[in-house]
Amino acid sequence: MQKSLHIDANKCTGCLQCEMACSYENHGVFNISKSRIKVFNFEHAGRKVPYTCTQCSEAWCMTACPVDAIRIDAGTGAKAVHEDICVGCKVCTIACPFGTVNYIAETGKVQKCDLCGGEPACADACPTGAITYVDADWTGLDKMRAWAGKTDTQPRATA
Amino acid sequence: MKHVIIGNGPAGVVAAEALRKADAAAEIVLIGAEPEPAYSRMAIPYLLEGNIDESGTWLRKTEGHFARLRIRELQARVVSMNTTQRKLLLADGQFETYDRLLIASGSHPVRPSIPGIDLPQVQTCWTLADARAIASLAKPGTRVLQLGAGFIGCIIMEALAARGVELTVVEMGDRMVPRMMTPKAGGMIKQWVESKGVRVLTGKGVQRIAPAGANPGLLDRLAQAVGVGAKSEASGLTVTLSDGEALGCDLVIVAAGVAPNVGFLENTGVQVAKGVLVDSRMQTTVAGIYAAGDVAEAPDLLTGAHLVAAIQPNAADQARVAALNMAGREAQLPGVLAINVLDTLGLVSTSFGQWWGETAQNGGAGTELVDSANHRYLSLQFKDDVLIGATSIGHTEHVGVLRGLIQTRTRLGSWKDALLKDPNCYMAAYLASAQRAA
Ligand SMILES: Cc1cc2nc3c(=O)[nH]c(=O)nc-3n(C[C@H](O)[C@H](O)[C@H](O)COP(=O)(O)OP(=O)(O)OC[C@H]3O[C@@H](n4cnc5c(N)ncnc54)[C@H](O)[C@@H]3O)c2cc1C
Ligand code: SF4
Repeated sequence: MQKSLHIDANKCTGCLQCEMACSYENHGVFNISKSRIKVFNFEHAGRKVPYTCTQCSEAWCMTACPVDAIRIDAGTGAKAVHEDICVGCKVCTIACPFGTVNYIAETGKVQKCDLCGGEPACADACPTGAITYVDADWTGLDKMRAWAGKTDTQPRATA
Repeated sequence: MKHVIIGNGPAGVVAAEALRKADAAAEIVLIGAEPEPAYSRMAIPYLLEGNIDESGTWLRKTEGHFARLRIRELQARVVSMNTTQRKLLLADGQFETYDRLLIASGSHPVRPSIPGIDLPQVQTCWTLADARAIASLAKPGTRVLQLGAGFIGCIIMEALAARGVELTVVEMGDRMVPRMMTPKAGGMIKQWVESKGVRVLTGKGVQRIAPAGANPGLLDRLAQAVGVGAKSEASGLTVTLSDGEALGCDLVIVAAGVAPNVGFLENTGVQVAKGVLVDSRMQTTVAGIYAAGDVAEAPDLLTGAHLVAAIQPNAADQARVAALNMAGREAQLPGVLAINVLDTLGLVSTSFGQWWGETAQNGGAGTELVDSANHRYLSLQFKDDVLIGATSIGHTEHVGVLRGLIQTRTRLGSWKDALLKDPNCYMAAYLASAQRAA
């Protein structure tokens, strides 16, 4: 059974442990600006919303990549950026309609969530269970996926 | 079922793979005219910069990738076709038959009709062969004049600058990337590029290119008379601009637009305007024949105006939809969304959709946030409460949601006013209105 990240924003307190863990896992430093998961703060609504790639099956980033630098990890099913192949053209950053691929100027490459090879550091670090790594069937990401499906098929008139 | 694909660029390769995924039994033939493995043109700048070698431009890196997918690669140029007999004529005299056909032959750079445009030191930057020629001609200190500062021109410029050449860019439009950037953004890019030592001449054209000394302009003659003329190497060129200025250079790079490769479609019934006309299933005017990528002409998602969108993401999207339909599946692309991202010597800019906006009578409204000191810029354009276009400079986080919002025509409701006040909150607006996250 493939697993994926399940995010329950109702449980998020905005402690940013996930961002710290992600940055440490991928960059070796605690610098939340380098995190691949971001917690958005809706002050008026009093809500914190963790947000990252859902590893959607359409994978616009992967099909748009001109040099085959984004590939499906056989173990986790994650769409992972291979930094040694990425040329830094940034096409994936505008192709992904969820905005989950970001360009990092220091490396000249892009980064996105790759599920840490099957042990997502953000889920491990989250103290409230807002981020969990569970069987894909239960993730409740259907809402987001359904929306993903609209991106290239929505008829013109139904705005 | 035998599927034949003309062209092995991104569109052809994505289509071939999608076809295989949709139909395990189909016969798939991928025809490419260039004597290279299937490669990606847009990786050429990185090859010229020396970041990758030629294999870095290949579309698929795994040895035996196409054979493993039972996609037969055929190196040949299609010269004409017979749509009644479903047969392609190849340049070597061979024929190839098909049941379903995908035209993914891309486009080619246009050489404007200027005297001297065919001199050997005048190069386009389109194929791997072009890249090899440029690599041998453009050395540190080489005086290079680039004709055109459109989207692709700006990308080439970055690679040339990285090679340490002495670079002058001449653009006929009133600003850089005039067809992708707002006047303000185009101006900011120009300023940035000039500060990095590139000479940018906008609002000017090239009138004549001649071997240096053959027909020196007045300024050249004056300069030579007083002994300050540019060193007149045997291989040098003199380029005369529309305002009379004469520039010495060693190499001219032409990046003045592209035109679809449609020559082999003459008298076939496949209708061509600027590119091959396709419907929302990517089918041409002949049943069973599809087109995708730089060669296809389709309606713009927002304006409905027909256009050939010569951009990589569009090639991939159209190819996938074409392939699904060829395999008998249902898939549609209601229109083309123009999206671009550009890196001009370290300044990253993007443009999406109808970036120039909509008139107020038609429900249009927009906002422009300029931060010149930090080289940041953001323009958002709306029609009613839907985002229809955007231009950014200096934004590299979550920019993809601008595509998401435009393409899905997400109603922003009260977030529109929030965005008009502070366009920087587009990610929050997206999460709240598209993901219903807040
Ligand atoms: C220098 C450069 C930089 C670029 N940078 C970007 C960028 O940053 N972002 C972006 O979105 N786009 C960029 N582009 C554009 C992008 O490369 C194209 O949009 C993309 O390659 C289109 O893919 P395609 O498969 O439709 O066409 P192509 O890649 O042109 O492939 C078409 C193939 O068909 C073959 N062919 C043509 N005629 C025939 C025939 N008669 N018989 C057989 N084969 C034939 C050609 O040889 C070619 O291999 C860039 C292009 C260039 C040149
Ligand atoms: S930035 Fe890297 S991963 Fe993204 S499309 Fe370009 S080469 Fe591929």
